[in-house]
Amino acid sequence: MQLRFTEADEGFRTQVADWLSDNLMGEFSAIRHRGGPGDEHVFVEERKAWEKRLAEGGWTCIGWPEAWGGRSATIEQQVIFNEEYARAGGPGRVGHIGETLTGPTLLAFGSEAQKQRYLPGIRAGTALWCQGYSEPGAGSDLAAVRTRAEFDPGSQQWKITGQKVWTSLAHESDYVFVLARTDAAEKTHKGLGFFLVPMAQPGVTIRPITQLTGTAEFNEVFFDDAVCSADDIVGEPGDGWKVAMGLLGFERGVSTLGQQMLFQTELDEIVRIARENGSGRNPAIRQRIAEAHIGLRTLRYNSLRMLSGGEDGALSREAMIYKLCWSSWHRNLGKLAMDVLGPDAELLQSEPYGLNRLQSLFLFTRADTIYGGTNQIQRNIIAERALGMPREPRGQV
Amino acid sequence: MLRESAMGFAADHATSPAVREAMASPLGIDAALWQSVTEQMYWQGILIPENCGGLGLGMVEAMIVFEQLGYRLAPLPLYACAQSTLALRTVADHPQARLLLSTLAEGQVVSLGHTVARPHWGLEGVAVTALRAGQTWRLDGEVRFVPAGHLATSCLVVAQLESGYGLFSLSTEQPGVTVTKSGTLDQTRPMASLALSGVEVSAENCLSENWGGNLERVLDLSRVLVGAEQVGCAQASLDQSVAYVGERIQFGRTIASYQAIKHKAADMMLKVESARSLLCYAACVSDDWLAGNAGACGLAEAAAMLASSAGDAAFFCAGTGIQLHGGVGITEEYDIQLYFKRARALEAYLGRPDEHREFIAGLLLDQGGTHAA
Repeated sequence: MQLRFTEADEGFRTQVADWLSDNLMGEFSAIRHRGGPGDEHVFVEERKAWEKRLAEGGWTCIGWPEAWGGRSATIEQQVIFNEEYARAGGPGRVGHIGETLTGPTLLAFGSEAQKQRYLPGIRAGTALWCQGYSEPGAGSDLAAVRTRAEFDPGSQQWKITGQKVWTSLAHESDYVFVLARTDAAEKTHKGLGFFLVPMAQPGVTIRPITQLTGTAEFNEVFFDDAVCSADDIVGEPGDGWKVAMGLLGFERGVSTLGQQMLFQTELDEIVRIARENGSGRNPAIRQRIAEAHIGLRTLRYNSLRMLSGGEDGALSREAMIYKLCWSSWHRNLGKLAMDVLGPDAELLQSEPYGLNRLQSLFLFTRADTIYGGTNQIQRNIIAERALGMPREPRGQV
Repeated sequence: MLRESAMGFAADHATSPAVREAMASPLGIDAALWQSVTEQMYWQGILIPENCGGLGLGMVEAMIVFEQLGYRLAPLPLYACAQSTLALRTVADHPQARLLLSTLAEGQVVSLGHTVARPHWGLEGVAVTALRAGQTWRLDGEVRFVPAGHLATSCLVVAQLESGYGLFSLSTEQPGVTVTKSGTLDQTRPMASLALSGVEVSAENCLSENWGGNLERVLDLSRVLVGAEQVGCAQASLDQSVAYVGERIQFGRTIASYQAIKHKAADMMLKVESARSLLCYAACVSDDWLAGNAGACGLAEAAAMLASSAGDAAFFCAGTGIQLHGGVGITEEYDIQLYFKRARALEAYLGRPDEHREFIAGLLLDQGGTHAA
């Protein structure tokens, strides 16, 4: 495991840090540290403008090949970019679905025409994407999606009907990628297609979902004969599952160290409060603060192990535990924040429901152990794929 | 490559019957296996500098071997030798230290005795005094928890001086030295106590008259070796449990097919891999510290984080392992109980996980902060 980056990589770090400090100022000062998970609904216009500024500086899609406007950045450089971005307080990226999910999917599975049509907009920070995977009846069991896609030979278009849910930034996005059933006779991962669908059309309706924090960053998206063109299916009808699963493997942990920077600022704030209000003298609180510190450092070395692992794309043991690890850690941190705040944790900073950062952390981290594969599903995955234990049988209902 | 050879050697030789036979023997180790380790594998030389006949490797290599020793509960005195090697490296310019390092390289057992561990494992537990008497020193007192002390030809002993603490070497054959093997709850990792009564040692056997500051650093490095054993112990508990539940059939299916069992196994793996990540880090920091590239505070923090995490992981995995084994888990016949006892012993050795967490809490809440790498 490498604890340090090379001198060349450190030079890259300086370049990133300098650019960020030169640009994340003036009109963009207000959005520093904003728009992250739990806060994605704020400053959307400013963050769209920031996305274009990033693009002008050549800091979008840095991991993409140079031929498509990227920097062909190494894994290490991508990690460094994410670390510095978090350190500088870079706002939540409105373009991240396009950059980290749509782009790599098209690069791996898309046609030349699809790449030509969609990649430049993502790279320029002008075309925003959202994802259409989960449905009310297809959460953990993603292969149970019921949204249908039928090809209409007359108009030479696909017509999509169904409902997606948990779609962040749907109302701000230009496109959505949709996993939909192309073969109505099939009920499992067979017979699915992966579609690229424009959002601005009569067949698409968006309804925000208000969360326990009182804010709404997720949406339901309804498709009622929404259309996309014949060449907006990635791969062939029936390839959807393969494409969707490939997409889930693209991340490879480059953003994990950046995420941990954010976690560190949260933990630092809790430690500061514990020192100030005296709760840091309580032995039980001391144990939990130490556990939180050790847990966060564990995440870091886990990530460094992941990054120094093989290039074969197979998920290593440390990669398999990562989601379960960080989500549980973060959820516990939320509760620790409340206990360190003590009685004051109950008081709002403003009415009607103005939460401070730690109250928001406490409430929203209950989502961490659910989205992106619940902790229960993560444990199944670990037991089945890493430990070779028997797979769960499919029910017949 | 070292990992594969260590894994293969331990699997072939430190088998369950061999461990059980050694446990029941008077010395509590497998003497024939120790001989082949020292002659063929040369693991005792890993941390010994090349100019003293060692391999001149580091803590990362030691970690790899100790993980395998923990995985097999290998009944060997290697930990004792590695710990005294690390202690001797703090006084490496001393001719007597170089001599002892050469002895260690040849496969002799040398143990470090530093404490009675009342109330703690640090300097406050030192219960040997050394008085200067002309050209010699006179040592009196007691030491407990000396790793493989009953096998040692020489012991390093920490003793309180009129001011400060010294490090002495003495032969276990010397008049006034009584070595007693301790009966231990974990029978796979034997220890001894030393009683010193008017033991006279010459001036050249005083390796340092100002050694107190080195003790915690040597213990931190020791904690990293122990952490490697704990990761191995936790991994073995997981592997043996997964193998068992894959064969045990109830209600017409293997119990491995129940989510209640799978989720326990997943939690075990999470603990193992988390401890392993901290172990990799702590071993790197240890090598940095030995090379003079890391501060003592960073080493102490890394060792405390590892001891907390790996101590919990080993105890959780072995304890959960007994539960997953069901009734046979509490029988003498299955090995999981041996791992449970090892996990308990290691968890408490050189400080409990909660004590290590209190140390970390002190860094965060009472002082200026920690030293991240």
